[in-house]
Amino acid sequence: MRKSPRQTPEQAPATSTPGAPRDAWVVGGNRIPFARAGKKYSSASNQEMFTAALEGLVARFGLQGERLGEVVGGAVLKHSRDFNLVRESVLGSSLSPETPAYDLQQACATGLEATITVANKIRLGQVESGVAGGSDTVSDAPIAVSEGLRRALLEASHAKTFGQRVKAFAKVRPSDLAPLTPATDEPRTGLSMGEHQAITTARWGITREAQDELALASHEHLAAAWDAGFFDDLVTPFRGLVRDDNLRTDSSLEKLAALKPVYGKRLAGAAAGDGSSAEPTMTAGNSTPLTDGASTVLLASAEWARERDLPLLARVVDAETAAVDFVHGHEGLLMAPAHAVPRLLARNGLALGDFDLYEIHEAFASTVLTTLKAWEDDEYCRTELGLDGALGSIDRSRLNVNGSSLAAGHPFAATGGRIVATAAKLLAAKTAETGAPARALISVCAAGGLGVAAILESVPAADRTDDTTAA
Amino acid sequence: MTDSYVKAVNSGVTKTLAKKLGLPRPAVLRRFRAGDPLTVGPVLVLGGTPGVRDDADRVAEALLAWDLDVRQTADDTTRWGAVVVVLSGIERPEDASAPVLALSASLRRLAPNGRVVTISRAPADTDSPELAAAREGVDGLLRSVAKELRYGATGNGIQVTDDAPVDSPNVLATLRFFLSAKSAFVDGQLLRVGAGAPSDQGAPSGDQGSGAGLDQPLAGKVAVVTGAARGIGAQVARTLARDGAKVVVVDVPAAGEALAKVANEIKGTALQLDVTADDAGARILEHARARHGGIDVLVHNAGILRDKLLANMSADKWDAVVAVNLAAQLRITEYLLGANGFSSEPRIVSLASTSGIAGNRGQSNYAFSKAGVIGHTRAFARLLAAPGGPGGTANAVAPGFIETDMTASIPFVQREVARRVASLQQGGQPVDVAEAIAFLASPGAAGVNGQVLRVCGQNVVGR
Repeated sequence: MRKSPRQTPEQAPATSTPGAPRDAWVVGGNRIPFARAGKKYSSASNQEMFTAALEGLVARFGLQGERLGEVVGGAVLKHSRDFNLVRESVLGSSLSPETPAYDLQQACATGLEATITVANKIRLGQVESGVAGGSDTVSDAPIAVSEGLRRALLEASHAKTFGQRVKAFAKVRPSDLAPLTPATDEPRTGLSMGEHQAITTARWGITREAQDELALASHEHLAAAWDAGFFDDLVTPFRGLVRDDNLRTDSSLEKLAALKPVYGKRLAGAAAGDGSSAEPTMTAGNSTPLTDGASTVLLASAEWARERDLPLLARVVDAETAAVDFVHGHEGLLMAPAHAVPRLLARNGLALGDFDLYEIHEAFASTVLTTLKAWEDDEYCRTELGLDGALGSIDRSRLNVNGSSLAAGHPFAATGGRIVATAAKLLAAKTAETGAPARALISVCAAGGLGVAAILESVPAADRTDDTTAA
Repeated sequence: MTDSYVKAVNSGVTKTLAKKLGLPRPAVLRRFRAGDPLTVGPVLVLGGTPGVRDDADRVAEALLAWDLDVRQTADDTTRWGAVVVVLSGIERPEDASAPVLALSASLRRLAPNGRVVTISRAPADTDSPELAAAREGVDGLLRSVAKELRYGATGNGIQVTDDAPVDSPNVLATLRFFLSAKSAFVDGQLLRVGAGAPSDQGAPSGDQGSGAGLDQPLAGKVAVVTGAARGIGAQVARTLARDGAKVVVVDVPAAGEALAKVANEIKGTALQLDVTADDAGARILEHARARHGGIDVLVHNAGILRDKLLANMSADKWDAVVAVNLAAQLRITEYLLGANGFSSEPRIVSLASTSGIAGNRGQSNYAFSKAGVIGHTRAFARLLAAPGGPGGTANAVAPGFIETDMTASIPFVQREVARRVASLQQGGQPVDVAEAIAFLASPGAAGVNGQVLRVCGQNVVGR
């Protein structure tokens, strides 16, 4: 079915000058419903899930047999057999097998970083189109063997005689036989992400009530979006799962308030830095669950999209990545977006209030609330972010309007693609309604003290400047 | 979804056994494969008067142009691939005698999977009683002959309206469909064919027997197929794509995974949509226009079953069936016509059912919805054909027992009975329905409007 790929700009003589920046557009996206770990996708591999997300994208946009500029994505929890995960997924898809691909990994920011990477190549004229995405499974996570067993296995594989092999295995102690289950603990501190965030939450005095409210809003918004058919052209079912199964339509503040805290065990009794309460506040209800899933985003130059009668939802304006020193406890593990955003805004001459939508990844409800509180804090913004004063506050009615990770779940590498596709569709709808440009700020925190922020903007058709082939 | 009985009685020891026991032996039907000959042998054209240039000669000439071996006189050695009986000239009941008796003499020489096709004039309101008797008589003749045929052979008729010559492109395209393997499960049916819209002249005519127009009659056309994730709908999408159409496959979001597979297989685009949604028509049009420039062919296939005796019928079962099978079709077609959504003359094909024609115990909701489909098909057909109307056609296809996931769920005994009560003694395949739809969507079917074509192997129920 892929014998005659359409003549694409990649094959045709270049119509754009390499090196001259032009806009990269989000054309659309596709993901599979996100599943709670150990449930519907418990036997699905990263490659199967990413291929399924790609196939849905190909079907939605009629890309069968097309040679795209490239497909970029990755997984955070990755088997060693998945060394070429994205390329293998492309080969298993209906795209032209001549579509290049590579893996990229930046913890929970993988999907957003992939989007930025593909967009940048489009902006530079190096490719005309591409897919960014990510896949993660906690259910099908790789399990490593102990260091002792690993060394014995390696030694045995190098052994030339039976005796040498026996000798190698003789070194294995019973304790070496226990598998090492994958952990999301930070290698440098030994603390889980939740424990890290619990310290930050306490330090900033984020209340349990505020976290539960944000969590409830996430579920309510996501449920409303599903009911309104918002995801009809963003999600393709997989393995019988039709909706995100983490979504709770029967949640309430009372139910959330009844849950026991799961993080912050080290806080008990201790006083936080600023004297606020140090009672643990983070529960399974206001933290993201472990999730399986995959997502993709189709990006293209205006010309490429026009040739195929595909929509231009929003352009990728700019992006900024930051990292913080959480190892020495100076800054919270998930606070890097607080640093990335002001730098991104300054470079683009924008203020925090200049956005129609805010998509702040809900790693934990308190991550969102801490970040917002930090931007409103004069002293923090002066001393930590090097600003003249507080960055400002946002209109909360524009925050995660169709829900986010708390409700949808958070398959690490897949979250960026989910957010970008959702934001771009919302922006395009807003512009279609008002006839004016609309702008979204995206912020995703990640393990390792990393944070990525990006700006998307929809533009009314009449105002598009580099849409040279509109005729 | 396979009929193992058909396999058993056609192969090996079980074949011998079935023969000895005199069990019914449904034939393995010949189905269309690109490159295969149109018919399984020479074609005999009956009904002409020697030395007189008449309709039989015109039909024979047209068939010759398709590179067929055409004869006008019977012999005792040939196994006929098809017998075409031209009855368009009969004016009195007595006139049928000669051609019908000539057919009688040739029936035993009809090859397995052979074809009998009658070409007659359609009864008209202005016919005299004598003319009406002669023309209407063909109906009973054809349906009875079809029931006599064995070994996968079928009989079908073309009723040409008075405004069209028998060798018009529309008639020949219908004749070609009936002669071909594409009509494998269409049996005992008469289609009324008129001159059709004058602008629809892309029809295959006698002088383009093997041209590209026949291989890809839908090239450049955009087709929308609802309920396309599986079963008949998926096969319709594949068949329209084979015929050259760019296909938008539509199904409910929950069926999206299977829908994406179909779209990727046929290089179409997937649209996840509930056809009962208020804006379903608008979203179909928006997708088809933005991506493919418009819609030429609309196939209303989406349908559901909620069988219950009427005595036990609940409101949700009745309403759901009527909403999906009937109201959604109406609303979408009305929206598209109102919004000038069709880029050329519309080709609308709706899925009816033999249940809608004959009724079926426990299917009052389904039968209501499917009979309703026949009703709106005839009404839309009149609207389209009305002077100043948009032109185009609206037709329905009424499948009988088709081997799908849906019919696989019928209890064994009931399923076996349903399969054997047709002249062809078996169930049809989804592709049989798809071929009929593809024919009605093709340029050559411009003269077929407001018709209900049954694809039922001549099931005993209904006409």
